[in-house]
Amino acid sequence: MNRKQKKMLTRILIAAVLLIVLHFLPVTGMLRFALYLIPYLVIGYDILIKAGKGIKNRQVFDESFLMSIATIGAFAIAIYKKTWDFDEAVAVMLFYQIGELFQSYAVGKSRRNISELMDIRPDYANIEVDGVLEQVDPDEVEVGSVIVVQPGEKVPIDGVILEGNSSLNTSALTGESLPREARPGDEVTSGCINMTGVLKIQTSREFGESTVSKILDLVENASSRKSKSEDFISKFARIYTPIVVYCALALAIIPPLFLLITGNAPAWADWIYRALTFLVISCPCALVISIPLSFFAGIGGASNAGVLVKGSNYLETLSQVTTVVFDKTGTLTRGVFEVNAVHHSEMDQVKLLEYAAYTESASSHPIAKSIISAYGKPLDRSRVTDIEEIGGHGIKAVVDGVPVAAGNDKLMAMLGIQHIDCHHVGTIVHMAVKGEYAGHIVISDTIKETAKEAIASIRKAGVKKTVMLTGDAGRVARAVAGELGIDEVYSELLPADKVKEVEHLLSIKSDKEKLAFVGDGINDAPVLSRADVGIAMGALGSDAAIEAADVVLMDDDPSKIAKAIRISRKCISIVYQNIWFAIGIKIICLLLGAVGIASMWLAILADVGVMVLAILNAIRALFVKKL
Amino acid sequence: MKKTYKIDVDCANCANMMEDASKKVAGVKDCVVNFMTLKMNVEFEEGADVKAVMADVVKACKKVEPDCEVFVK
Repeated sequence: MNRKQKKMLTRILIAAVLLIVLHFLPVTGMLRFALYLIPYLVIGYDILIKAGKGIKNRQVFDESFLMSIATIGAFAIAIYKKTWDFDEAVAVMLFYQIGELFQSYAVGKSRRNISELMDIRPDYANIEVDGVLEQVDPDEVEVGSVIVVQPGEKVPIDGVILEGNSSLNTSALTGESLPREARPGDEVTSGCINMTGVLKIQTSREFGESTVSKILDLVENASSRKSKSEDFISKFARIYTPIVVYCALALAIIPPLFLLITGNAPAWADWIYRALTFLVISCPCALVISIPLSFFAGIGGASNAGVLVKGSNYLETLSQVTTVVFDKTGTLTRGVFEVNAVHHSEMDQVKLLEYAAYTESASSHPIAKSIISAYGKPLDRSRVTDIEEIGGHGIKAVVDGVPVAAGNDKLMAMLGIQHIDCHHVGTIVHMAVKGEYAGHIVISDTIKETAKEAIASIRKAGVKKTVMLTGDAGRVARAVAGELGIDEVYSELLPADKVKEVEHLLSIKSDKEKLAFVGDGINDAPVLSRADVGIAMGALGSDAAIEAADVVLMDDDPSKIAKAIRISRKCISIVYQNIWFAIGIKIICLLLGAVGIASMWLAILADVGVMVLAILNAIRALFVKKL
Repeated sequence: MKKTYKIDVDCANCANMMEDASKKVAGVKDCVVNFMTLKMNVEFEEGADVKAVMADVVKACKKVEPDCEVFVK
């Protein structure tokens, strides 16, 4: 609690004690009124002052002004009717202030909690000057400087490791709890926490351009883009108070006049009391506070899980998604080529791979790299001689004195070696050792481990249709889609065709159903912006993706898509619960108040109660770990 | 041109009222008040004198909510 809140708490306690004591004091008449004024002023002086300022500024629908009228009116009626029961007037003010205090405390606390979740801002960077570490402001570090990151510290600026091995905790960025190993030459992203060893990092960007700054900027500005629900509430709030106030005025005048005309007793005091009850319920606080708070908590919880949402509006749209369109490469597959299988090999597979790796050792082709990495052992270049690269065919070389050829079917034909065609999807490298066919190696883009599960859980989250778009060949595309259980496939597409396909899909669905496109953000920016919600994944370190997408998944795990949808659904359902609950209770109280069943006591209790419950419900949106 | 200012205000409805009031100030094209992050994003009209406009914005906000603060740097 801050000082302002502590002061308010003291005032509430003093007023409450005084109210209880006075309630049992056997005094009547104007003396009782004078005594009750003490707790009333203790608890409500600031409201009265604000009401005065409101009158001066002609703000008649100001809530302080309305509360003042309601409580002063309650005093007046008690004097007029000579009941000398002033408990109600003081209690209304007291409960009103309790509500305000709770609101201010709860909002402040969740604001802090959510900021802590997103607390990835580094406070300093270490620079070595003459062998001594010096802490400087990360903003002052120039590109290309060498910074030192000690165990337990955050990496302040993006860069490349020069010295040191360590494992990095990326959970603040990605929500992933498994640490990532880092070696010299690796790129590191700011915001990771260095866990084990000392790292020397050469910075590749300024602090303002580093990942951590970009993310903070994005998250901090997220809730400025307001959702439709928020717009609805602010419009509702704008008309709600005037309507209730005019109803109150009508209630105070029309029924008594009607009674008077029809020759009955007008009962002015009763009707004015009912009108004052209306004023007590005239503040739309519960709604106005709980809706943005729900979105704020939802966005905060999501970013803690590695899902950055750029605005409340996108969270809302995401919850209505029924069609998810995927880009294949880099999204559902790894986007890197790997050795998948070795077929028809007479010799040991490892031996064949060894021959292949040595033959390809001088090549920088992605296929060569994938074979070398599949072999996985350091290469002793002196074992390979006479390397001859035949463009468009493959490579011939002598490894350990044995002639080896590795290449496509054209190479085999050229060498006059009978080869066996492969029925698998991917790039095939045929091998010939000592002039004889030795089998082939299948290299293909591999499907991400979690992809299949991800598609299933997206479907479980309520998505009706899944579509895959790819520039790849139809056979490869259908094989991947079949394995993953994707409904529709469009293959051999150029980037511009992808936009057309998405536009087509957008046109055949109804307006209420939304379409999300998931890509890796590298060359699908136009598609990302065309879809209702563009989701970019694997964004750690990729600025283009962060810029183009509406929702950014920090790591490249496709199961996060379903998680993002579930988070948005939970948040939106909380928003709707709060809207219905708060409006519902208010209307019931107004009706009961109009017919004289609800007293001012009940009205203020319901009002404060609804607000407390709505705020507590809103905070629930923050808890997304188990979704 | 857009600028972001830190604000201090206690209630969400007041934040909405500040937003409405600021939008009506001459020279302000659009204004979003974010109660949760206590920030005010003001978009100024072309060629507007930021200092003068912000002085009017602060005045307009004070009028609807005397307890608010807008930190104009």
